[in-house]
Amino acid sequence: MTDVWDKIFNFDDYGELLALLHNSILAGAILGLVGGLIGVFVMMRDLTFAVHGISELSFAGASFALLIGVNVVVGSVFGSLLAALVIGMLGVKARERSSVIGVLMPFGLGLGVLFLSLYPGRSANKFGLLTGQIVAVDDPQLVWLGAISVFVLLALAVIWRPLMFASVDPDIAASRGVPVRALSPVFMLVLGLTVAMAIQVVGALLVLSLLVTPAAAAMRVTASALWVPVLSVAFAMVATVGGILLALGGSIPISPYITTISFGIWVVCRLLGSARNRRGWSRRGAAPTSPARRPLPTGSLAGQ
Amino acid sequence: MTEQATVTAPADRATPDVGADGVPALWLRDAELAFGSRTLWSHLALTVAPGEFLAVLGSNGSGKSSLLRTILGEVPLTSGEGSISGRPLGRGSTDVGYVPQRIAIDAATMIKAREVVRLGLDGHRWGLPIAFGARRKATRARIDQLLTSVGASEFGDAPVSMLSGGELQRVRVAAALASDPALLLCDEPLAALDLRHQQDIAALIDQQRRSRGTAVLFVTHDINPVLPYVDQVLYLAGGSFRLGPPAEVLTSAGLSELYGAPVDVLTVHGRIIVVSSMESVGHQSHDDHAAQLDGRW
Repeated sequence: MTDVWDKIFNFDDYGELLALLHNSILAGAILGLVGGLIGVFVMMRDLTFAVHGISELSFAGASFALLIGVNVVVGSVFGSLLAALVIGMLGVKARERSSVIGVLMPFGLGLGVLFLSLYPGRSANKFGLLTGQIVAVDDPQLVWLGAISVFVLLALAVIWRPLMFASVDPDIAASRGVPVRALSPVFMLVLGLTVAMAIQVVGALLVLSLLVTPAAAAMRVTASALWVPVLSVAFAMVATVGGILLALGGSIPISPYITTISFGIWVVCRLLGSARNRRGWSRRGAAPTSPARRPLPTGSLAGQ
Repeated sequence: MTEQATVTAPADRATPDVGADGVPALWLRDAELAFGSRTLWSHLALTVAPGEFLAVLGSNGSGKSSLLRTILGEVPLTSGEGSISGRPLGRGSTDVGYVPQRIAIDAATMIKAREVVRLGLDGHRWGLPIAFGARRKATRARIDQLLTSVGASEFGDAPVSMLSGGELQRVRVAAALASDPALLLCDEPLAALDLRHQQDIAALIDQQRRSRGTAVLFVTHDINPVLPYVDQVLYLAGGSFRLGPPAEVLTSAGLSELYGAPVDVLTVHGRIIVVSSMESVGHQSHDDHAAQLDGRW
């Protein structure tokens, strides 16, 4: 039992490890910031499944890069963008999108497994791409992550308002002159870049824990246009940085720490959210459960 | 009682009728919309002055919604021309406020009612929704004022997923009016509301257009909730149309001529009911209503 515990939590020589891994911690913080913000729109645009699909192709790209010996970040960016492009072009409607993703996802995962099996290097590198790794993020990689996140943050800052409008009410946004159709591929591009970054730390299988869980948790406790992104970023950062700090001494991959923290925050937020629903959100008191889902009244006859 | 003998400008007139401030809110001249060989309407001439209330009636497939989409600039006119506040029809602008059918905003979309109104105010602008100091105060005051004017201040801070249909439509009207548009386009905003809420929303739209001088184009399958407020009726049927005050258009003789078949217009307890043996006339029926829901719900 203590053996297992030592594998999970081990804080011997903590200070030295911390100094070695400050790059990883910085990468985790950057990722928390970008992932938390993107997550807000992933939730609003109902793209959870798309994130998963993109991450599998990103994984294929990364493992191909590993096999042929080029920068892994470049490989995963390439895979991500390809997936985002295909999903954006072929799946305009939600239903079509789901089937396109369902087809792409196993194909990407299969390709990735193929490239990894052909790769002669260390097995830690292999599975790091799928399940996350704390192998030190080296300086060139950190530069890559930094550059991509600056681009993503700038793009989000420019399109934030119209993208929010187009996500909440596409028809009304279009009537006001918002380029709804052009914003969709732009967002997929930004999303693809973020997924490619996230894979470097949490791995392809667990990207959702950074790009969906924090925003989903934030939306359980607030509907404020300010607090949803702020809380989402805070939750994502706590999960990544906290996960890295806990994982430092243990000998297991980093992802269980991040996903568990992320999930824990979500559970707490859900509990708080349902307490708030019971108490009521506003001055008018408790709201009935989901009134928008009531059966349709029978038109003019009903009121007579 | 032909279409030219009504309140509009004749179809061949080059300049539009002027409204109170010189420019009509909506103007169409000799407009035609056809998909392939099927003509939805043609030679449509229409002038809606600021503050005027136009109801668009007709059975399914008569081109009501397509007229709306043309005015929104989503579908180009096959021929003819049109303008909103003197500007040619084109893709979206802040001159137009749009109230869609009551489509529930996805429950996963956590957004406060007041944020929906704010999107109507400045959601089309680029950048972050962050303002400081005086501008922040001004935006806040404007949103509060809009919410109060539609009687929605009580649930302004509630997430939209928790609003009832009538409440959501109030918020939508406030959002549509946020940019002080010249023209308010309403696409069956009363569908799926019960009678009391239908009357509330109709009265609300009427009061807003009177106080702001906003012209209203109101697409509906049931004229009754808005009958007290309507200045003109545009009745579309079978590739043709009639336009004029309700008392002139909604007559047995007029609609029989339009449909080319006997149609009776009855007034029962102050409500107008259109009755015919033809199925295509049944714009009052609830089956008709249900048919419009598919694909959008």
